[in-house]
Formats: sequence, C-alpha cells, structure tokens
Amino acid sequence: MTPISTGSEWTFDLIDEYDKAIRDIAVNEFQLDCYPNQLEVITAEQMMDAYSSVGMPVNYHHWSFGKHFVSTEKSYKRGQMGLAYEIVINSNPCIAYLMEENSMTMQALVIAHAAYGHNSFFKGNYLFRTWTDASAIIDYLVFARQYISRCEERYGIDAVEELLDSCHALMNYGVDRYKRPQKLSLAEEQARLHEREAYLQTQVNDLWRTIPRRERDDSAKTAPRFPAEPQENLLYFIEKSAPLLEPWQREIIRIVRKVAQYFYPQRQTQVMNEGWATFWHYTLLNRLYEKGLVTDGFMMEFLQSHTNVVYQPPVTARWYNGINPYALGFAMYQDIKRICEAPTAEDREWFPDIAGTPWRPVLEFAMKNFKDESFISQYLSPKLIRDFRLFAIRDDDRDDKLEVAAIHDERGYRRIRQMLSEQYNLGSREPNIQVWNVNLRGDRSLTLRHSMHNRKPLEAGSAQEVLKHVSRLWGFDVKLESVDADGSVSQTFSCKPDVSAMV
Amino acid sequence: MSHIIDRRLNGKNKSAVNRERFLRRFKAQIKEAVGKAIKGRSITDIESGENVSIPVKDISEPSFHHGRGGVGEHVHPGNEEFVQGDRIKRPQGGGGGGGGGKASNEGEGEDDFAFQLSREEFMNVFFEDLALPNLVKTQLMGIEEMKPVRAGYTNDGTPANISIVRSLRGALARRVAMAAPTLTRLREAEEDLDTLLESDDDNGVEVRERRRQIHALREKINHIPFIDPFDLRYNNRVKQPKPTSKAVMFCLMDVSGSMDEGKKDMAKRFFILLYLFLQRNYEKIEVVFIRHHTSAVEVNEQDFFHSRESGGTVVSSALNLMADIVKKRYANSEWNIYAAQASDGDNWDSDSANCGKILQEKILPWCQYYAYIEITEGEPQNLWYEYLRVAGQHKHFAMQKIRSPADIYPVFRELFKRQPATR
Repeated sequence: MTPISTGSEWTFDLIDEYDKAIRDIAVNEFQLDCYPNQLEVITAEQMMDAYSSVGMPVNYHHWSFGKHFVSTEKSYKRGQMGLAYEIVINSNPCIAYLMEENSMTMQALVIAHAAYGHNSFFKGNYLFRTWTDASAIIDYLVFARQYISRCEERYGIDAVEELLDSCHALMNYGVDRYKRPQKLSLAEEQARLHEREAYLQTQVNDLWRTIPRRERDDSAKTAPRFPAEPQENLLYFIEKSAPLLEPWQREIIRIVRKVAQYFYPQRQTQVMNEGWATFWHYTLLNRLYEKGLVTDGFMMEFLQSHTNVVYQPPVTARWYNGINPYALGFAMYQDIKRICEAPTAEDREWFPDIAGTPWRPVLEFAMKNFKDESFISQYLSPKLIRDFRLFAIRDDDRDDKLEVAAIHDERGYRRIRQMLSEQYNLGSREPNIQVWNVNLRGDRSLTLRHSMHNRKPLEAGSAQEVLKHVSRLWGFDVKLESVDADGSVSQTFSCKPDVSAMV
Repeated sequence: MSHIIDRRLNGKNKSAVNRERFLRRFKAQIKEAVGKAIKGRSITDIESGENVSIPVKDISEPSFHHGRGGVGEHVHPGNEEFVQGDRIKRPQGGGGGGGGGKASNEGEGEDDFAFQLSREEFMNVFFEDLALPNLVKTQLMGIEEMKPVRAGYTNDGTPANISIVRSLRGALARRVAMAAPTLTRLREAEEDLDTLLESDDDNGVEVRERRRQIHALREKINHIPFIDPFDLRYNNRVKQPKPTSKAVMFCLMDVSGSMDEGKKDMAKRFFILLYLFLQRNYEKIEVVFIRHHTSAVEVNEQDFFHSRESGGTVVSSALNLMADIVKKRYANSEWNIYAAQASDGDNWDSDSANCGKILQEKILPWCQYYAYIEITEGEPQNLWYEYLRVAGQHKHFAMQKIRSPADIYPVFRELFKRQPATR
C-alpha cells in the first residue's frame, strides 16, 4: 500500500481520507461502537473560545467564562501554553475540534484520539449512558442560553449574574450521586410543567403552612423533620424548597444543576476516558503504519507527541504534579491487553478470569462498566505498581512525621491499589455536605451538615464564602456544621442573608 | 460517515460577551488600575492597552473543599528509596514528596490575576469619568481620518471612476494588436490585386476572388470593437490617514503649594483630552510644558506633574514665557497652536489685569484654541473675572470651573463642535 500522504500539510481531502482509513480500522477491525462524527476545523482563537465555555459550542453568558478566556488568551499569547490539541464534545453526532495549525499527523492523531477513542467511550461507558443524553445536550444548552438571556432582559444582568454566581459555587453539590437521573430531553419537554408545579408546591410548602400554627409549638419535639432524610443534592433541594425564590430563579438553578449533572460522569472517569482515547490512538495509528498507509516520518512525529502525553514524572521531579491520568489510563489498558495475551503466573493468580482470554471483549467490558475508582481497584496489576514504582504516604496531622504506608512489594500491592482507588473516589475527594435540617417552627434557618472523612476539616475561608451564596439562595439564615466520625460537631459556620440585597 | 466542517470562517469572538461581562464585573478594580496607569503614563502615550491586575481573592469562585488536617493518604509514583514503615519529615510548604491535603488551598490568593486591556477598553474606562458625548467619544476613539489618494488604476470600479484616457489608450493598443495579422494579410492581398490588374491578362475570376478577399479582411478589421469592457480602467484611490499639518500644545499649570496631587491628576486628564483631540487632527504634535509659581519655567513632563513648589503665584509669568516660545519656535505659520491652562485660581492680585492683556495681545491672535480650567471648590477670584472678560470677546477662549473629571469636557465643547467643519 502507498502512504496516504507524505507531507505535513493537511487538506480537507486528506482529512477525509485519513478519517476513512482510521474508521475502517476502528469499526471493522476492532468493532468500536461510535456516534457519528462531526470534525470541525477551527482556528486557535476559536479554540480559546471553546475552552472558556467549558468546551461547549453554545453556553450561557457569565463573567467566569470571560475570566477563563482572558487567562487562556494571556498565557497563549505569551507562549506559556500550547492549546490542547483536541476538544471533544459528548454529543450525538460527536463533535471534535481540529485546530487549523496542526500538522497532518496531529490531525490524524486527534481524529483517532477524539473521534474514535473518546467518542466510543462516551457511547459505551455506563455512567455516560445513564447520566447524560448525548442527543439532547446541544439543544438543551441552546434553550438554557435563550432562557437566561431572556431573564437578563427582564430582571437585569446583575440579578441573573448574582444568582449564577451562587449556583456555580454549589455546582458540585448539584448532582444526584446515587439516584438515577431523568433523561434530559424528557426534562426539557416537561420543564414548563415542572416549573409551574414546583411553584405551586412552594405555595403549599411546609415552610409556609406551618407559620400560622405557632400556638402548637409544644408539639415541636414530635414534628416531622424537614427534609425527612438528609439531601445530598443541595441545588435540587434549594430549587424545590427555598421559600423566597421566583419561578425564573428556580429555572436557572435547574439549568445549572442539569449542566453540572452532564459533566459529572466526566469528572469520575478521567483516567479511564483519557486512557481509553490514548490507547486507541496508539493502537489505531500503529495499525495504519502496519498497513503501510503512513510514513516513517508520520510515526516519528506521532510517537514524539504520544510519549509526551503519557510521560509520568517521578515524585522527585520538580515538575511533578500528581499522577498523569493519560499515563496511568494508557498503561492500565495496555496492561489489561498484556494480561489477556501473555499472562504470567502472577497475572493468573491475580486475574484468573481474564488471563489468557481474548483481549478485545475484556477491554470492552472494562471500559463499559466502571468508573475510575472501581476501574483501578479492579484492574491495577502488581506489574504496573512495580513499573510506576508506586508508594503510599500516610499523612496524619497528629503525627509529626509522614509514614510510608506501602510500597511496590508483595505486602503493599493491595494496599496501594486500594488507596489509589480511594484517591479517585469523588465522594472522599470532595467534602460530603448534605442538607440536614430546616427549622420549620422558628427562623426557617437551613442547616447543612459536613460529615468529616478521616478528620479532614473544611477550608474555612472558602466555606464561609460559599455559605454566603447559600444564604443568598435560601433567603434565611444558613448554618454549616462539620461532624466527626463520633458525631461531635467540630467546626461550625453560619451566615445571615444580606437583607439589603434582597428585593 | 464523518462530517468535516470548516468552521474557521465563523466568528472568532464568541467569548466577547463573556469578556465584556468579566470587565463589567470588575469595573471598580479596573477603573482603579486605569487611574493608576493614567497617573504613571505620559500624556502622549495614553492610547495603548494596559496590563491590569486584580487580586486573585477578589475574582476567585468559591467552592467547598478540604483544608489541611486530618488523615490524608496519597499514592505517588517514582519511589526510589522508601520501604514500608519509613518515617520521613514532613516537607515544608506542602510541596514535593507527599504533603497532605491539597497544599494549594492555603497558598493561593497571593498572586494577582493579570490581564491586558485592549486600547478600546482602556479608552472606554478613561472616558467614563469625563462624561463625553458619544459623538465625541467616537471621534476620539475612531481610526484616524482618512483621505483618498490616487494609487494608479484598477480593472474594476464604479462608472464614475472610469479613466477615459487610460481606457482609450488600452483600447487603441488592443485594436492595433488584434488588427495587425489581418492588416498584413490585407496588404498582401492588395499587392496581389495590383499585380493582377497591372498584368493586363484577362483573369477576372482571380481579380474578383482577390476583391472578395480584401472586402472580407476589411470587414474583419471593422468588426474589431472600438472599445471593449476589457479595456476599461478605473482610477484607483486608496485611503490614507489624513492630516499632515503640525500642532503644538502648550500645557500651563500652576504648581504653587495649593495645587495638590488630586488637582494635578485632574489637570492631567484635561491635558490628555486635548492631546487626544489634537492627535486625531494633526500628524505631528509637540507638547510644551510650562509650570509656574512666581516665575515660569519650561520643563519636561516628569517635572511638570511630579515636582512641587511653594510660594506665591504670578500667572502672567507663564503667559509671557509661552508668548516668547511661540515667537521663537512656532512663529512659522505651519504650526497650529493650542493651549491648555490649569490652575486653582490663585493669582497675585494686581497681576490678573496683566494676564488679560498678554492673552489678548500676544497669545490669542496666534492660538487656535485656548482652554482654561480652574480646579477649585471655593469662590472665584480676580483671575476668573478677568478671564471671563476675555472669554466674552474671543470665541476660541473657553473656561470652566472643575470639581470632578466630568466637568472637564464642557471646556472643549466648542472645540469638538467645530471639528466636523474642519474636515
């Protein structure tokens, strides 16, 4: 076979040819299941635009996106930072951006990485399948943008901006972690209906219903708690129960919540997702080379870029900045493949069910049914722990020294695997804060409860700031208690709403 | 099947709205930064962007996260020497080997968030206080005024721009070129005919044939169009930045003890505004700084704004010095002379009448515009009344009492109003 091209310049025809060649390998040889692709060639400026609206082609306006844009632009102009060479959007069709100044090799790399790697991950992984609706997201964002700009016209930019600020502060607490969400498209269809219902509901809300019955205060001890169970989704609770919000404010909270929910799977599958895309660009482009469709020069450029992406600096390096998700993810998928194809005795002991079986179904299963946390605890092999020379450090503030808890030896493998998995558990990375109680009989104050994990306290400054936002949304006093494992309160914050700011 | 779409022609300024929102949100901080920049800059260098920095803590978006403390367990790659159970000293500053928690939480907030304001954004902030009418803003912000200049000829344009001489010359050349081969053959045919006619033989058929040929060739030549759209040439005009004349701007300021930093700052804005106006209208501008207390000196910009003197005030000294400089350096008619004077209104009593006289006799006759601002909260003094008298007699003398930057503009109202007429 003759190579598709030899130079480094790309043309639309060449992109098309490469895409066909890659698609042929991905779909026909490796049976990757993908959404249709939409490859969009854009300029560097447009890439910066895409960056600052969290990669989405449409989004509502907010100053924080402007801030992001300003800082991206600054560092790009100073040459401190190259732009990421790809952005891909979990939508149907799957949109991948190709930057105009990339060479042909890089375009091919991006196509393999984004349009076939990420794309098939979005389509296959259970988190994305259950939590996001790829076909509806763009439409929903268009709706959100229009709705928010109408609100800006009607209620003023400042009012909307303040509300969005508050919602953004709670964005990470606007997702359902355990309950399965409704599909977005359905949600959109019913948005109007829901809003009206929700508003009506607030009219008969417990908060209000209890006001005239003060004389029955003696029954307070037996009064039902509100909410009956602690609520993990703060934004949802506020949207449905905050007494003073207008309907449009509830709708905006809902929008932020939906967007947060849409991005939630991405935050839980960093290693898996990037690793999967990297594994596939590596596999697909190598296959292109084997078929003689690309030149040696192409491969040199590709490998140079690939090795940069999967480089893991050791902890002693000055530029060490945690574990590189590309490196870890890529190594894990490669390792799973190796265990399937050429298992050692150790692998047979650790992974009896996959050692020596065909690698493709095993990999597919691993991609589909896990998130970072469970993926690592399932598949991190002793060989990989040795290769990375992983070690675990225990940092206890009651101890004046750090302790090396485990290293890459027989005694340490399981410990390291468990700790690394824990490190990717969003539930323990982020403080666990839930709606605890609303004082129905008294001042209607809202109490949030932080259940401490490993005695880790909240960062006080930012917690106080976020609480201001909560009280702006809630409209009454807000308290936050940090509760130890033994149930004793160790930190408390409180915040009164800024009455002057209320209309 | 993949779709490949070229989006490069779509607008690139999708983020413009968000950027604008960002600037709007931090207006107070940006204004402060611009104010500082104006203080620090030369008035001839007012029109570039500016680096603005805002404390990071002002623009951070808060979220709940863990602070230091508690038990943290972390896995790191690249173990070199540790074995299980080793106890190591906690590294200082949270970096490196394995600090607990998220080390960055405490350390943030020190660096400023710095970014660049574009020229337009900078000027917008600058103009904000000055309460300029919008028309004036666009005049000052706009690109330089253009005037069309001949630049050869082009192949297309509007009929009004057709260059007749050029087009006809082209047409002639084309006709000559297109006719040339036919003409040669015509000449040959005519010569043939002549020889045939002279030979006396009776070869009427051939003669007729030649005649027919000659006729056809003539017809062919006649069919070459006299003028063809292809010949048309149009005058080409390109726009060049217009004004090419020169202006000198005199900045006169009282630097006696009573002019404090705030007042000088206000005066600076006043000078900048005049400078911007001149910059739009003149190619070359010189700025002369004259400061005075009891006597006047010409100084550079640095000394003009930043050194402080005390003592009394004799305004006429500055006017005299200006008149001298005009006579010495700018007497030439190609200089347009503008003057801007700032003072807090103090003057030595018997000097004011003198000032009026110098102005009327030695300065105003040469000046395009003379603007005077008095930065004061108090009652006007005799200098003000003297100037009022002068203003009554001269249209191009303007004066204004100033308390805030918004009061500056009216002193230039006449000047800016006249501008369209001078175009």
